[in-house]
Amino acid sequence: MSWLDRLLGRNETSGQIAKQRLQMVLVHDRADLPPGLLEQIKDDIIQVIARHTAVDTANVAVHLEQNARENRLIAEVPLLAARGRRG
Amino acid sequence: MSAQVLTVTSGKGGVGKTTVTANLATALAMLGKRVTAIDADIGLRNLDVVMGLENRIVYDLVDVVEGRCRLRQAMIKDKRQPELYLIPAAQTRDKTAVSPSDMVLLCDQLRQEMDYIVIDSPAGIERGFRNAVAPADKVLIVTNPEVSAVRDADRIIGLIEAEEKGPGQLIINRVKPQMVSRGDMLSVDDVLDILAVELLGVIPEDERILVASNQGLPLVMHGLNGSSAGEAFRHVARRLDGESVPFMDLSVKPTFMSRLRAFMSGQN
Ligand SMILES: Nc1ncnc2c1ncn2[C@@H]1O[C@H](COP(=O)(O)OP(=O)(O)O)[C@@H](O)[C@H]1O
Ligand SMILES: [Mg+2]
Repeated sequence: MSWLDRLLGRNETSGQIAKQRLQMVLVHDRADLPPGLLEQIKDDIIQVIARHTAVDTANVAVHLEQNARENRLIAEVPLLAARGRRG
Repeated sequence: MSAQVLTVTSGKGGVGKTTVTANLATALAMLGKRVTAIDADIGLRNLDVVMGLENRIVYDLVDVVEGRCRLRQAMIKDKRQPELYLIPAAQTRDKTAVSPSDMVLLCDQLRQEMDYIVIDSPAGIERGFRNAVAPADKVLIVTNPEVSAVRDADRIIGLIEAEEKGPGQLIINRVKPQMVSRGDMLSVDDVLDILAVELLGVIPEDERILVASNQGLPLVMHGLNGSSAGEAFRHVARRLDGESVPFMDLSVKPTFMSRLRAFMSGQN
């Protein structure tokens, strides 16, 4: 977005929004993994890891990444213990 | 030489498959090719009216498949072209009246006598789609620059790859250059980015498409000047025939205001 757009309170164009939404939808379509299922996977991952160490549950992120028609599940699980140990 | 079978499909309905089939078949015939168009949308026959041949139907695709007539008897000759034929769909039957292997057989019978066979696929991904794709040497995927149509095109690309008919070539129909330049429509590059498939044609939105189907006279036949969609279809036909034709410049000529806006947004 340009400074002018920001100044005038203009957002992204609807064409850009369309492209981003399409990219998101297609990642899930191609992986045959609905977005809601990803939320469940996230909860399961939190449970498993929390059995061993303290998880910063609010900041866990799970998403699909795609390149050249290959799908990858990316999970980021910040741990609370790591911070304490360093400090 | 044996004909090439081109199947026009999309997943989503209403994106322009029938319009593309009629204009492409006609444009190829205008290049002097021997062409048969087949309407595989059984139960929702339309290609006949778009081509203006509806009054001449006696037999249809299902009559051929079920042996009620010879193949030649179901081929309606378009008298406006040297070698253009239509095999119409049955109107009162459904998709299950024909099988994918029926379609393969029928096209094999035609191959020796034709240069191109162009098949109009029904919407959807079920039996009718599989019938249309089974005999294809090349699949032409029609889409519009909008979220739902591109999503469905992506699904079709996956399916034709699974059937080993891929990767297919893309026709982006109903592009509105004004909207693209305002940023309110997916651009050709956006769609290609997302679908990662070879581009065969870009067809602009054109009111004359509707006028042409009102008259039953495909737009490519409407004289050589003044129709950008007609010109775009003729280009697609020439590309299919192996010629390298540059894509039309559909961008809107910049005005002072649009240049100023582009400058302000750093897009110049
Ligand atoms: N490039 C275009 N410009 C304007 N109207 C179009 C264009 N392509 C298709 N149409 C219109 O869109 C409608 C649907 O087209 P059609 O070819 O019947 O789609 P499909 O066979 O995919 O269902 C028709 O009314 C047709 O006239
Ligand atoms: Mg149709």
